Amino acid sequence: MKIAKYVSYDILRNRFIALYTLFLLIVTFSMFSLDSDPGKATLSLLNIILLVVPLVSIVFTTIHFYNSYEFIELLLAQPVSRKTIYFAEYFSISIALSTAYIIGVAIPMLFLNLSESSLYLIMAGLLLTFVFVALAFGASVATRDKAKAIGIALLFWFYFTLIYDGLILYVIYSFSDYPLDKVTLALVSLNPIDLARIIILLKLDLSALMGYTGAFYKNFFGSSLGVIYSVLFLFVWTLAPLLLAMRKFVRKDI
Amino acid sequence: MIIISAVNKRFGKLEVLKSIHAEFNHGKSYAMIGPNGSGKTTLIKCILGMVLPDSGTIQVNGKSIANDWSYRNLIGYMPQIGRYPDQMKIGQIFDMIRDLRQDQSHIDEDLIKEFSLDRMSDKRMHTLSGGTRQKVSASLAFLFNPRIMILDEPTAGLDPIAVEILKEKIIAEKNKDRTFLITSHIMSDLDELTSNVVYLEEGKILFNDTIDLLKEETGEIKLGRAIATIMKRNLKESEKV
Repeated sequence: MKIAKYVSYDILRNRFIALYTLFLLIVTFSMFSLDSDPGKATLSLLNIILLVVPLVSIVFTTIHFYNSYEFIELLLAQPVSRKTIYFAEYFSISIALSTAYIIGVAIPMLFLNLSESSLYLIMAGLLLTFVFVALAFGASVATRDKAKAIGIALLFWFYFTLIYDGLILYVIYSFSDYPLDKVTLALVSLNPIDLARIIILLKLDLSALMGYTGAFYKNFFGSSLGVIYSVLFLFVWTLAPLLLAMRKFVRKDI
Repeated sequence: MIIISAVNKRFGKLEVLKSIHAEFNHGKSYAMIGPNGSGKTTLIKCILGMVLPDSGTIQVNGKSIANDWSYRNLIGYMPQIGRYPDQMKIGQIFDMIRDLRQDQSHIDEDLIKEFSLDRMSDKRMHTLSGGTRQKVSASLAFLFNPRIMILDEPTAGLDPIAVEILKEKIIAEKNKDRTFLITSHIMSDLDELTSNVVYLEEGKILFNDTIDLLKEETGEIKLGRAIATIMKRNLKESEKV
């Protein structure tokens, strides 16, 4: 934790984090000033956040990991365990990116539109930050080559934002004769971005647009159990890559 | 005291260390010499626990270093390239590393003062030149008065005045029952600073004894010439085979 204190201070002073905060601020304010209906504004904001937060989290983390490679080396020569260094790095980056998100989105939203759906949007953005920072650690630990790691990180992002949705649509379309509620529910759980999206869509009462499956989701996710379920799964999505990457990091030759 | 026994390491197909046996004792200073890619840095990283050997054991002061990190309290390390987080201040780097060390009883700030780093403790790391960063690395390595000092190319990138300060410091500390492990390509420096030579080539230790013996054996007066003689001799032998 001592390391995290210094490293997060360093990252928070990074120009890129300042730009990210500014970007989020502008987007949040413009969405709410362009649209008089707070529900629609939240929805537009949601779509941008679901694209930008994962992308920034995963790319920034990967680049930062490689830029601190020599520094990690220096820390490894000190009497601390590798696990400590690993978690210090993870928490520092998560804290820095979450701070940017809280200043850029959470605080303005509390003033502009204090509602249940806003709170869910804030929570979803934070959880997505944790998930994608963890995935980025997975990508960084997997290879020694910076360019390759950024490639893997971007691939994760493409997969979860674009490719995965396409695959789900394909499954639903080709098996439309069968009852697919439970199958799609399971498939959605395999994509953190979809999990975040669905909670908020249901809170915004737009589930009618989603037809029969929407009704089923509303039954499930609309209840508090559904929210707990998706939050739980987002935590799994954080912990699984984080711990897998840690195991690799502990045995890695630096 | 460091005991290395039967350490092997390969990166993919490349065998970097081939069953290395060596002992580094307190009160002596060792020059690690060898051509580029001979495994010097890998051996150092093995001792520091950054690279995990495929087989063999390394003991520091009688304890195996596998799955242990507390032994690094005994070690001061100066890396070949020191890069630090851009926005950190010099003072913060020192504070942070001090926070990490439990044993604070023998703080040695001589180098910080002599390099006058204390006067620029508010400078951010990304504004520093490579040489100043090397000064920070050197001061960090000496800060806790460790029994074992590992210096990887300590004089590279430093200006002549800083080199002299660092050398004087090493010579002063050498006599305090420490172990020094120094790699360098500057033979005259090593001639001044070290008493023993460890010569590595292609992952094997070909010579590990005192400098005087090496000079006697090769009939040369200077360490540089003596090493060159050994290298040539090895070259001829490998040609014969």
